[in-house]
This record gives sequence, structure tokens and C-alpha cells, in this order.
Amino acid sequence: MNDKPLRLEDVSLSFGSVGVFRRLSLEVTRGEFVAVVGPSGCGKTTLLNLFSKFIKPETGRVECAGRVRMVYQHDSLFPWLTVAENISLGLRDLNDDSERVRQLEQMMHLIRLEEFANHYPHQLSGGMRQRVELARALIGDTDVLLLDEPFSSLDYLTRLRMRNELARMLDRLPRTVVLVTHDIEESAQLADRIIVLSERPARICCEFHLNLERPREPTHPRVVETVHKILAEMGLEHKASAARSSLVS
Amino acid sequence: MTEEKISSRARILPVVVVLGALLMWAALAQFRLFPESVFPSPAAVARGFVEEFRNGRLVDDVVASLFRVTVGFALAVFTGIPAGLWLGHHARARIAFLPVVNFFRSLSPLAWIPFAILWFGIGDLPTVFLIFMASFFPVVLATVAAVANIPSVYFRVARDYGFSNNEVLTKVTLPAIAPQVITSLRVTAGLAWLVVVAAEMIAGRAGLGFAIWDARNGLRMDLLVCGMIVIGVIGVVIDRVLLQLTRISSVRWGYER
Repeated sequence: MNDKPLRLEDVSLSFGSVGVFRRLSLEVTRGEFVAVVGPSGCGKTTLLNLFSKFIKPETGRVECAGRVRMVYQHDSLFPWLTVAENISLGLRDLNDDSERVRQLEQMMHLIRLEEFANHYPHQLSGGMRQRVELARALIGDTDVLLLDEPFSSLDYLTRLRMRNELARMLDRLPRTVVLVTHDIEESAQLADRIIVLSERPARICCEFHLNLERPREPTHPRVVETVHKILAEMGLEHKASAARSSLVS
Repeated sequence: MTEEKISSRARILPVVVVLGALLMWAALAQFRLFPESVFPSPAAVARGFVEEFRNGRLVDDVVASLFRVTVGFALAVFTGIPAGLWLGHHARARIAFLPVVNFFRSLSPLAWIPFAILWFGIGDLPTVFLIFMASFFPVVLATVAAVANIPSVYFRVARDYGFSNNEVLTKVTLPAIAPQVITSLRVTAGLAWLVVVAAEMIAGRAGLGFAIWDARNGLRMDLLVCGMIVIGVIGVVIDRVLLQLTRISSVRWGYER
């Protein structure tokens, strides 16, 4: 079995005259949770589009082993399908009806929306809809989960709850995850490895590793320390004050 | 106010308005602001109804008009929606054809009446043709607009979950455009009903439009009002029938968010 299901090798890509990546290389280990942060428009979502094979690089190689599912930034649930029907899309390849029902029931229980199985997405709150999106992507034999700012449209408190939900779901259903986010705190709370991209053409500025159990409190000293370091790396906080904050925390 | 109270009031209010209008009409007829021959009273119109119903003409006219509208409108829907889907999915075709579609949409369907008579004579065919011309272009345009409004992320999801091209059409595109298309069908059906009456006045040998024209020629204003009332009531009924489509649970999202 491939222990590096996601791999970019010397990938270059441009949109017209705008260079997005120049000889970018990246590997993601099986079961790893990688978060990608960086300035707006640096190509974070494009990175996911490469992994999902939605776009092809001009040069270099993209490898993506196993079944890949993506959770999008905006509402991508089909509004004409109920919650259960939307989640069942993730079980389309399963021919055994009873097994499909069993897995669906398990998932409804996991996301704690059993009572809402026959509701339509517009009848749910934003947080509930995101849980359904995650469930649809996680159900079945998924190997890789690509998350494109999945909680960006939610309010802060709901985002905090959703991070815990995601951590809880991944604890039950471990996957290789790439999370693209503009929320530094979110990346530090969830990821095993945080990759900071530079301005276009994007390159990897630095990586931070967090070997901590999930779910993590947003005020956990290591989370706070990592947030400061990332902000400093992105030029949004002085390195000296970041170091001081790290000492304080 | 509770929902129950609102819904019971909602049911009574239109009846009150209709009764009020009938009373005003009766009062105006009673005061004889106009001679009875040009302003028939509700009682005269009621007698006209009985007469038309007894001699079977009313039923024949209603059946003739409904048949023409049904055929013309159905033809427009079954050709207009596929045409709109095709244009909606093909940018070049859209650029090429939309000005022509808009051109024909802007033409009053009644402008086609002389051609309809010359090409198809008198009877069902010219009227069906006119209803088709009145309905086809709005249905096409509404479908094109609905397809253009489908969020592209739905097609990404369909691709992610391995939908075939057929499935993309039947399980993504059609349900995604359903609410907008249903709304346009309601508007277009109203238009078709307007056109059938006008077309039958000129190119018909039967039907409600012809009945009105016949009553006008015979100076039977009571029968003319009978025809007007039936046309109005059927127009409301057609809209109520199509309104039921918006109650289908899988299209409610288009009206509630």
C-alpha cells in the first residue's frame, strides 16, 4: 500500500501570464492531516484542484492514490435531496442495500442528525449543513479528504464547534486530509503539519509540525505558539514579539 | 398572529372580495348608469350561463379552448425545455441563437395571426400554432437562464461522485432548474390562455374567444360576460394547478430560501 497517497513533484502551473506554482513539491503521508495556509490568492485552492485532478499541471507530476473526496467552500449539498439522500451519494458504489442502510444510519448517528434525515439542506443551520457535507465526503471507502475552507462561511463559535466535530469524526474514520484555510488558528488546532505558502508563484515558506492529540483547545499553549509563529512567518507579527508570546504562553 | 388564523383568513378573504365585486356590479346595474343592453346585470349573466350550459355550447367552447392550449403549451414545453438546456450548456450556441430567440419573444403572438390563417386555415391548427409561438420562446429563455444559474459546484460534486453524463442531466441539471422553470411555466401558461382567446376571436370556429366574438356580433353582452367569467375562472384554475408543482417537496428549496 502506498504510504504517500498524495504527492506533487516539481509542479509548475500558471493561468495565462500569472504564475501560480513554480516547481512545487509536496508529499502527504497516509493518515496525515496537513493544513495549507498562505496569503489570499496564492493558490491554496488550486493545490486541492491539482490533487483532485480537476486541473492538470503544466509540468511536473501529481499523484493521488485512492478515492478522493472534496468538501467545498460554499454550499455544495444538492438542495433537492434530503440529508440522507445527500449523504447516500457517498455510497453510490455500494450494491448491498442493507449495508448501505447500515452505513448511512451509522453516519447519521455520528453526525448526530438522525432526526434530520428527511430534512432538506435549506431547513438546516449552517453548522448542520457542514456536518452533512463532511458526512457525505467521509462515508464509504474514502481514502483522501480535501477540505477547501469548509468552515469559512460559519460564525466563530460554530467554527470552533465544527473543528471539534471534524476531529471527532476523523478519530472514528481516519483519513488522509489536506485542509486549505485562511484561518491560522483552525490550522493549528487541527493539523499534524501546517504548510505556509508564499505569494504567487507559491512556494513552501516553511512547515510546522504539531504532534498533539485532537481535539485541541484553541488556547492550548502549543496551538497559540504555532499561531504566533505562522503569523510571524507571514509577516503579520514581528518575529521577536511572536517569540515573546510563545514564551508567555 | 398564528399561522392557522392567517390561513383561515386567507381562504375567506378572496371570497369576501369576489362577493364585494358582485355587489358593486349589481349596484351599478341597478342604478342604470349604462343601458342594460351594454351593461348586463349579474342576474342577466346568470340567465345567460344557464342558456349556454343547456344548449351545450359552453362546455364545447371550454373543451375546444382547453384542448388548443394544452396541445400548444405542451408542444412548447416539450421542445422549449430541451432547447433551453442545450443553449444553456453550449456557450457558442447561446451567443449565436439568443438574439434570435429574444427577437421572436418580443413579437406579439397576435402578429402571427394572418400567417396562421394563411398557412393553417381556420380551426384548431392556427390557434395551436399561435399558442406555441407565444409559449415556446419564453420557456426557452427561462430554461437558459435557469441553467446558467446552476452553481458550478454542483457539477464538481457530480464529477467527484462519478455521475455519468445522463445522470448529470437527470439528477443535477433538471432538479436544479426545476423551481425556476416551474415559475416560468406558470407565467407562460397565463400567456397561452390570453393568446387562445385572442386567436379564437379571429381564427376560430369554436372556443371561448370565438364565443365572445359571436356574442359581440349578436349584441349579447350577457353571453359576452359569461365568456369573460369562464376565461378568468379557468385562468385562475390553470395557475392553481401549476402552483401544485411548487408544493413538491424536492422543489420547495427554490421558493423557501
